[in-house]
Amino acid sequence: MAILTNRETLEKFQDTLKSAQSQGKKKLISLCAGSGCGAYGTAKVHQALMEELTRQNLAQDVDVKLTGCHGFCEKGPIMVIHPEGIFYPQVKPEHVSEIVEKTIKNGELVSSRIFKDPATKSKITLEHDIPFYKLQQRVIFGNNGLIDPTSIDDYLAVGGYSAMAKALFDMTPDGIVAEIKKSGLRGRGGGGFPTGIKWDSCRKHHGTRYVICNADEGDPGAYMDRSLLEGNPHSVIEGMIVGAIAIGSHEGYVYVRHEYPLAVTNLTIALDRAREYGLLGKNILGSGFDFDIHISRGGGAFVCGESTALMASLEGNPGRPRAKYVHTVEKGFKDGPSDLNNVETWANVPVIINKGADWYASIGTQHSKGTKIFSLVGKVVNTGLVEVPMGTTLRTIIFDIGGGIPKKKKFKAVQTGGPSGGCIPERFLDLGVDFDELSKVGSIMGSGGMIVMDQDTCMVDVARYFLDFLKEESCGQCNPCREGIKQMLDILTNICQGNGKEGDIEMLEELGAMIQKFSLCGLGTSAPNPVLTTILYFRDEYEAHIRDKKCPAGVCKPLFHYEIDPETCTGCHSCALKCPQEAITGDKKKPHQLDQSKCIKCGICYDTCKFDAIVIR
Amino acid sequence: MEPTIQVDLKKIDDIIARYHGNKEALLMIMQDISDIYSHVPPAIIPILVDRLGVKKSLIYSVATFYKTISLEPRGKYIVSVCTGTACHVRGAEKITETLQQKLGISEGQTTSDGLFTLKAVRCIGCCASGPVITVNQETYGGLDRTAAEKVIDDYKHSPLNGTA
Repeated sequence: MAILTNRETLEKFQDTLKSAQSQGKKKLISLCAGSGCGAYGTAKVHQALMEELTRQNLAQDVDVKLTGCHGFCEKGPIMVIHPEGIFYPQVKPEHVSEIVEKTIKNGELVSSRIFKDPATKSKITLEHDIPFYKLQQRVIFGNNGLIDPTSIDDYLAVGGYSAMAKALFDMTPDGIVAEIKKSGLRGRGGGGFPTGIKWDSCRKHHGTRYVICNADEGDPGAYMDRSLLEGNPHSVIEGMIVGAIAIGSHEGYVYVRHEYPLAVTNLTIALDRAREYGLLGKNILGSGFDFDIHISRGGGAFVCGESTALMASLEGNPGRPRAKYVHTVEKGFKDGPSDLNNVETWANVPVIINKGADWYASIGTQHSKGTKIFSLVGKVVNTGLVEVPMGTTLRTIIFDIGGGIPKKKKFKAVQTGGPSGGCIPERFLDLGVDFDELSKVGSIMGSGGMIVMDQDTCMVDVARYFLDFLKEESCGQCNPCREGIKQMLDILTNICQGNGKEGDIEMLEELGAMIQKFSLCGLGTSAPNPVLTTILYFRDEYEAHIRDKKCPAGVCKPLFHYEIDPETCTGCHSCALKCPQEAITGDKKKPHQLDQSKCIKCGICYDTCKFDAIVIR
Repeated sequence: MEPTIQVDLKKIDDIIARYHGNKEALLMIMQDISDIYSHVPPAIIPILVDRLGVKKSLIYSVATFYKTISLEPRGKYIVSVCTGTACHVRGAEKITETLQQKLGISEGQTTSDGLFTLKAVRCIGCCASGPVITVNQETYGGLDRTAAEKVIDDYKHSPLNGTA
């Protein structure tokens, strides 16, 4: 184990690791062990791979690395074979022996496992040629697929902790703050507040200062912070140390969700290793600077993403926000000046220090610099984490990188910014995504959740869904949020059940305006956004629910029924076989019938039919 | 009636020691206690009052504020259906319906054999693999009705069930 007592030993050690890697014998199999791939069974693939390598006497010649998230989660578990970069998606244990035999042993491709681009149907061998990756600029996320998050040596080998050394020995705290300001970095958690300005105001206040990382990623549909913490925890730690040097703090906290067990584990390991190496704790790298980081596990409360609530929770109390007459940079955690930034923001810091503010500011738009990681999910072909320069259009992200909508369905909207954001319709697809553009159309970029919705998504139901979420998550302290959201939800639930009435839409708008204006914290003030934007852009759907008692998307059960179109039904009988109610009958090769009295509208027939013969009426 | 739970004082003290008796760690201490007992048994609350020097009211207020803490016993396997936005638009509701039918309980309830608790959770951060469920700390993604039922069957027939 290396104990790095000064900058020289760090640099020497990095060089040793780099040269060891470059002279490396051998093939490297990188297997994604992020939570997405894990859900598809990475552990079993890994076990099969290790057994197979041993069986074929290859264990000595091949390195196997369990890495963090590669981003292309839809295709998990993902295997990439280096140095070539051969990409095998959706690897199952039964594929492993052929891959080892052919690709590892004989240098041939397993043609049945090669990635097939869903758009062009062409086969693509190498990871970086795949459109999903090709159009990205992975400044923050790129190392995820290369390093084992539990190995600090892996991080050091890619130049890890150089930014920290630079900040400690070559820069003054003033200089660091100036560099961050110049880079134009803004908070990635959603607020978009300039990070340098936040640091600067925190360090001007007196008292014991704290540096805190917000890893309470509560925004449903966004998971880039989880993937960064799981896949590259040292980059976040390094960013926090740089921040601590700039601010003059000696104690840091990472507030991470208890629901992210792998992130907690990998972060714990990373902190332990950093301490052992002398990169964290007392007298870091012999500089005389002390800084340590503690982990605090949150308890599954969305409101704890709000700064004052998060700090209340850190102190061991229920996470209730307070009015911010005094900002947390002045009086936050334990009444000390506290700087709170989210995971992705911290991970940007080492990059800026290493490559310089000018380089960083050359990426992005006028007021939003750098790249942003988006979680591209929902009804889109290539789901996963996508890192692109700020200003990239929604169309590029959804259609070029994301491959468009599956099953030839029609795009309806993209929801950005989570429960505080809004739904953006097709006509704004050419907007460049940054902090300012999306707010012009009533949504926000937020922390980067991007949920694509197609013709089968009911916008009224989506609005109801978000309010249901927010009603549960409201801390209940202030009236407008606690009562207002409940009233709006009641109205929306009525509409979805077919009991909507004239005037409901106007009442929703009025209540929304009131909640926005008078709530205590950000949760409340932004809560009506999903409702107000869906009313703005999809008013016709609301009207169809209220006036015609119809749910055009076929989601709100009391407001539609399924019918079989006798013109298109081929009588293939597959729907009838799957119907749990035995409501579908008919002779083979003849149009079938659906007995409405038996139908429970479960939608299995609709999902099953390959001929679009099941229609929503 | 809640079954009487034998509280192992040593285990509780070990947990508290892990956090150096720091009362700021109250929530984490209760989470760790839940890992042993599936919930925070009321019998433990006076011990926490004593060891951490906090008020009973604070313990209840923290325990009821955060979703990761339950004061009621839960099943051996906690089945959490992710109802995050991405899973919602991909049909999480159908998975919930299926599991409710399969287990014969509603969301929030525990099966009478004490094996399964079914709950809905907000986004667990596996959005690209939705719909997703977790059983304790294992995650299962890309589910449809049949696959979700199979997950339950696998746990139901797990050889580990005998050993509580």
